[in-house]
Amino acid sequence: MRARIWARVRRPMAETADVAVIGGGIHGCSAALHLAEAGASVVLLEKDSVGRHASGVNAGGVRRLGRALEEIPLALAAAQDWRRIRALVDDDCGYRESRYLKVAFTEADLEAGRRRVDILRQQGFEHEEMVDRATLRALLPAVAPDALGALHVPGDGAAQPYRTVQAFRRRAEARGVRLREGRAVAAIARRGGAWVLETGRAGERVSAPVVVNAAGAWGGRMAALLGDRVPLEAHAPMLAVTQAVPRFTEAVIGVLGGALSLKQFANGTVLIGGGVRGRADPDSNATTLDMAGMARFLGTARRVFPHLSAARVNRAWGGIEGYTPDDLPVIGPGAAEGVVHAFGFSAHGFQLGPAAGRVVAALALGEAPPVAVDAFRADRFG
Amino acid sequence: MSAGRDLIIVGAGPAGLAAAARAAEGGARVLLLDDQPAPGGQIWRGVGGAPGAGDDVLGAEYAAGRAALARLERAGVARAAGATVWQVTAEGEVGWSAEGRSRLVRAPFVLLATGAMERPMPVPGWTLPGVMTAGGAQTLLKSAALAAEGAVFAGCGPLLYLVVAQYLRAGVPVAAVLDTTAPAGRLDALAHLPGALLRADLLLKGQRWLGEIRRSGTRVIRGVTDLRILGTERAEGIAYQRDRGAWERIAAAHVFLHQGVVPNPNLAMAAGIAQVWDDTQLCWRPRTDRWGRSSALGLFVAGDGAGIDGAVAAEAKGELAALQILHGLGRLTASARDAAARPVFQRLAREQRARPFLDRWFRPAPQFRVPEAADTLVCRCEEITRGEIDRAIDTGLAGPNQLKSFTRAGMGPCQGRLCGLTVQELIARRTGRGPEAVGYYRLRPPIKPLSLGELADLEIEEAAPADEGADLGAGAAPHG
Repeated sequence: MRARIWARVRRPMAETADVAVIGGGIHGCSAALHLAEAGASVVLLEKDSVGRHASGVNAGGVRRLGRALEEIPLALAAAQDWRRIRALVDDDCGYRESRYLKVAFTEADLEAGRRRVDILRQQGFEHEEMVDRATLRALLPAVAPDALGALHVPGDGAAQPYRTVQAFRRRAEARGVRLREGRAVAAIARRGGAWVLETGRAGERVSAPVVVNAAGAWGGRMAALLGDRVPLEAHAPMLAVTQAVPRFTEAVIGVLGGALSLKQFANGTVLIGGGVRGRADPDSNATTLDMAGMARFLGTARRVFPHLSAARVNRAWGGIEGYTPDDLPVIGPGAAEGVVHAFGFSAHGFQLGPAAGRVVAALALGEAPPVAVDAFRADRFG
Repeated sequence: MSAGRDLIIVGAGPAGLAAAARAAEGGARVLLLDDQPAPGGQIWRGVGGAPGAGDDVLGAEYAAGRAALARLERAGVARAAGATVWQVTAEGEVGWSAEGRSRLVRAPFVLLATGAMERPMPVPGWTLPGVMTAGGAQTLLKSAALAAEGAVFAGCGPLLYLVVAQYLRAGVPVAAVLDTTAPAGRLDALAHLPGALLRADLLLKGQRWLGEIRRSGTRVIRGVTDLRILGTERAEGIAYQRDRGAWERIAAAHVFLHQGVVPNPNLAMAAGIAQVWDDTQLCWRPRTDRWGRSSALGLFVAGDGAGIDGAVAAEAKGELAALQILHGLGRLTASARDAAARPVFQRLAREQRARPFLDRWFRPAPQFRVPEAADTLVCRCEEITRGEIDRAIDTGLAGPNQLKSFTRAGMGPCQGRLCGLTVQELIARRTGRGPEAVGYYRLRPPIKPLSLGELADLEIEEAAPADEGADLGAGAAPHG
């Protein structure tokens, strides 16, 4: 208690750092951690609390399956990071490897799956494969009898999102990152070779030559303050969780030709999402669930697992996430000097977090990124 | 039951019944949804039907429900019983289910009349079979004429004594009443006695119950400062301390706990309407104006769900909301509304006179709001103890929602109804902040669990064209 009071008294009104990170989600915390490990001094500003938004309340899927071609190298790199997540953040983050299956119910879906596997092979990616009806049934006995096959990635899995973000945060703080919650960035100015970020609290500011914008759904606004125009929409991707039912799947389940993300936790509860977005108000942090939309993805879940019809839906929620026009993230330098963006992951950024943080740290330090991210340039929207 | 509806009311207790009848009498098209098999709410549960204990046991207030039901019948209100409302949005969308069918309907005006719930009393052993709330015991008495002989009633508040009196009238012996009313609250209350004396009838009613209990020879033990339910598989008795003295024991197979009621927060909070912390009643309630208008356009709250004032006040609040809604619908001029409202406001004020006194007198003691022992369960759905919550708070978790993400407290089927206030106060005490600053769980639909299949087959009513007569502005509370 005494230490806490001391810290408050001693905290300077104006701080300086090598890098100022905006946003305490998985991307901001991961970038901050990697920067600190590289020896940079870092201040991280979070407008609410760490993991409060999309990073902390997403489905926790750790998947390479179904990624856009541009994203695959980063997703593959991230998959390696997840395998050593305990070494990275001193917590296993609830990470469990199993498999990801996207189930097909029509010949057209099967054909689309086969085509995708062919295209990936031509590009040199071997992680996805098609499995036939019998194999699917063996892997997933509870699947509906009319399922025809599935797209399959062995070794994909899931982690606990809130716990993961907190683990990155703790490790980042242990490495010296100064983390400031409840600090929304209200104004940014470039003065004397440094960015000056004002938090809206009287006189409180952070100066750093480099800014990392990892502000999620608020990333477009921060980009504008830093001189970049990035069209970004805020939505609330929705999830529902059931009460516990007997164990029926270790695998994470999706569908071909539709949208579904379903997994069962060790406690028997089933988490279901399906690309349907509720309304989000980034100004008030309010989200409104679209129950009609939720009915659609619950219907898809029942299509795959008819026995779930009787499961009780216990809770539903939506986290506020930023979506770009092409559903690909923005990762890369801004037009002005000393700006690196990492936001707009469009509801599939959680798995990428550990690797994206390494990329962003390298970019912020003026080094070559470990994975090429040219496809995610901030100026691609013209 | 399709479009062309003016008002959806959730809850058929005193507030909902009065509002439905008044609105329908004024020409509004009303849909009344209630989750019980028959209207009446908690206080008038089963009043319209044959089963249950008689009026001689349940008293005159209970019989008053019959008049409210008769009025509803005359007014001709569309209603659905056994209807679970699991979502209300600030835009006037109502999601509900009955008999395995779920529907999404809408109306320009929605009134939440979802009433009160008993404040949780998390003492050691409170989750053992054989332990329930006094309100729960009363429900069994009203709806099924079921009573447990030789039970112990423990806690504080008028309802505790009422249920004991009802038990005794039904000829069911009670082993003991353990009164936890705190002396500090009594001192605090005395300053408000003059106002309460204007409602001497209410105070006398309480005295009458006490007299009945005393005359029956039932043990009443006052000044109880600590409680522990005994038993491992189920309740076998209760241990208590008086004035922090020696522990005493009473054997009992049933223990009924009660320490007052608070507004049932879930539906109103999930609708996202602004809430205020009531530091006297130690609970959240929706911010409303005198007509019951919430912070969301067209969304009203009435009855004990808007603040605990009792059944008669709830009827008045329902009536007032209906008058304002009729005005918003263009069916009542402002002057006609005001003329009709005047006596109702007077009735409401009269009902509220004794509140400051009662709220303080029966303010539950701190040690019964938050358990003292580390191994006492706080969240019974996920079985999270006070100790586990303490540890999570000490890692620096700033509020109930982070705590929820971290410990799963509040994630179970009750959606925090049974632990929300406890967790909030625990964080407040441990971090030295006020309960208001700590805040409450964010609540999300469905606020009551429903089957996946039912939700997947959600029937969505076509949006009706906006009724030209409706002036939602007249129905909205001013912001700020």
